[in-house]
Amino acid sequence: MLKLTDITVRFGEFEALSSINLHVSEGELVVLLGANGAGKSTIFNTISGLNRLSDGKLEFAGKNVRGYSPDKMVKEGVVQCAEGKKLFADMSVQENLRMGGFVHRRKKAQLKQSLAEAYELFPILKEKKDDPAGSLSGGQQQMLAIGRALMAKPKLIMMDEPSMGLAPIIVEQMFSIIKEINRGGTTVLLAEQNADAALKIADRGYVVENGSIVLQGESTALFNNDEIRKAYIGA
Amino acid sequence: MGKLLTGRNGILFMLGLSILFPLFFLDNRYVLYVMTTSFIFIIAIYGMNLLAGYTGQLSLAHAGFFAIGAYSVGILTTKAGMNFWLALVLAVIITCVIGFALGIIALRTREHFFAIYTLIVGYLIYLLIDKWDGLTGGVRGLIGIPIPNSIGPIEFNSAVSMYYLVLLFLVLSIFIGVRIVRSLTGRTYIAIRNSEELAQTLGINTRTNKLVSFVVSVAYAGLAGGLYASLTRFIGPEIAGIEMVFNFLVYLIVGGIGTLTGPIVGTMLFIWLTQFLQSFQEYRMLIFGPILVVIVIFYPTGLAGAFYSLKHKWLGNKEQKKEKISEIESMKKTSIQSREV
Repeated sequence: MLKLTDITVRFGEFEALSSINLHVSEGELVVLLGANGAGKSTIFNTISGLNRLSDGKLEFAGKNVRGYSPDKMVKEGVVQCAEGKKLFADMSVQENLRMGGFVHRRKKAQLKQSLAEAYELFPILKEKKDDPAGSLSGGQQQMLAIGRALMAKPKLIMMDEPSMGLAPIIVEQMFSIIKEINRGGTTVLLAEQNADAALKIADRGYVVENGSIVLQGESTALFNNDEIRKAYIGA
Repeated sequence: MGKLLTGRNGILFMLGLSILFPLFFLDNRYVLYVMTTSFIFIIAIYGMNLLAGYTGQLSLAHAGFFAIGAYSVGILTTKAGMNFWLALVLAVIITCVIGFALGIIALRTREHFFAIYTLIVGYLIYLLIDKWDGLTGGVRGLIGIPIPNSIGPIEFNSAVSMYYLVLLFLVLSIFIGVRIVRSLTGRTYIAIRNSEELAQTLGINTRTNKLVSFVVSVAYAGLAGGLYASLTRFIGPEIAGIEMVFNFLVYLIVGGIGTLTGPIVGTMLFIWLTQFLQSFQEYRMLIFGPILVVIVIFYPTGLAGAFYSLKHKWLGNKEQKKEKISEIESMKKTSIQSREV
């Protein structure tokens, strides 16, 4: 479904990504593991069209999408759920969700259904639908960010560190929800530092270090890999 | 009190007041003239607010577009002998076309570069008007702009009739402005103001949306300029000047940038303060200066923003007990529900 071939991204002299090869098949849940600054977010931004790639091939659903603008990528079905729970703090929860459905703004019935689905997935959002998004707790903000991304009816959803800054019990819920979204038919690409939890739900994984992919494989294989256990799981 | 002056009641109250206002000043052309002028400025500033306050793009070429509207009406009526109404429609269209062309280039820049770029564009418009003697009359200005042609039995030869004409345009402008801000388009603009990158990742084409917002904003300026030309019947290049655009900006900031009532409050306050402090002449800046500084420091959202935050505080104190109880209850629910999730 998504295929990156030899992708290189440079910011001036600095090479942020060097020949990244990565693919995600339809229905898969793939995780990118890596420390802060490894290049996970740069990969995401490159796929979503926020970064320009200097070299390489970017394909989505069999189409060459290199050079597509971010809004065009969303229309193609690639939706990024931003890191740091970026929300419209002054807007209400419901307005935030509605903004997520921007690309489908003319399909009123579909939007109404997506909204109902989002509330079904996160009942707490329905309860707080008129509250400003800025007043939500960290976990609720993350739920809202995911709910908003889902409003665009993505074929592929990219989630950047959904567990960041959340209490352990909420992290667990978050991952089970991500798995649920994936079971519903949405392909998921996940960036995580929490290798333990992420590998439990993922089909496959890639390890990113200094802008390159240093390791890849089935999640069980990665889970049992000594280096990964040392570096990311700490056991 | 809180309920009396906000929401639907507040709007009806203001509208009623502005409709009845001339009845108290039937003989005082001066007061009506000042009020009409301030209405025209409010229309222009509403446009500025849409772009700067909601879309987050501070254009300092706004007075330039105001002048383009004014000069379009002036030139078309005096030199081409055109009917005022046709000239006004054409003025708005001309302003939009020029705005569209300049906007495409200007919006390639961002943030303060955009502000600097538009400042230069505004100054160029000023220079063009000032130096193009043959068309604009240069520093001497354009004289003898006619009053609006009468529509059937309605004539516009009195201060009262001009007042109501401009008031009608003002109400229409505000109505359209409110509709835009409260629509999905308005939320799209706010999304762009909050974060362009985030807006893009939601599938919003930021370039197109910024351009549309820019053109709508200059349309307001063009309309206001056209009305201004016909009200004052004499225009000079200074209406495109830097002082003019910073006046607009001050009215907007003091009133409340990014609020719907801000442009009205700010403009009214400053126009009338200016009138009351006429005798101080240049020294009136000694009074304006501190007001501006205090407001910018303590109320970044201006007087309108201050009003709402005070209202919240006041209502908050009153209902604090009630709210606290319901808050605790909702927290209980929340924790139960999030466990279920």
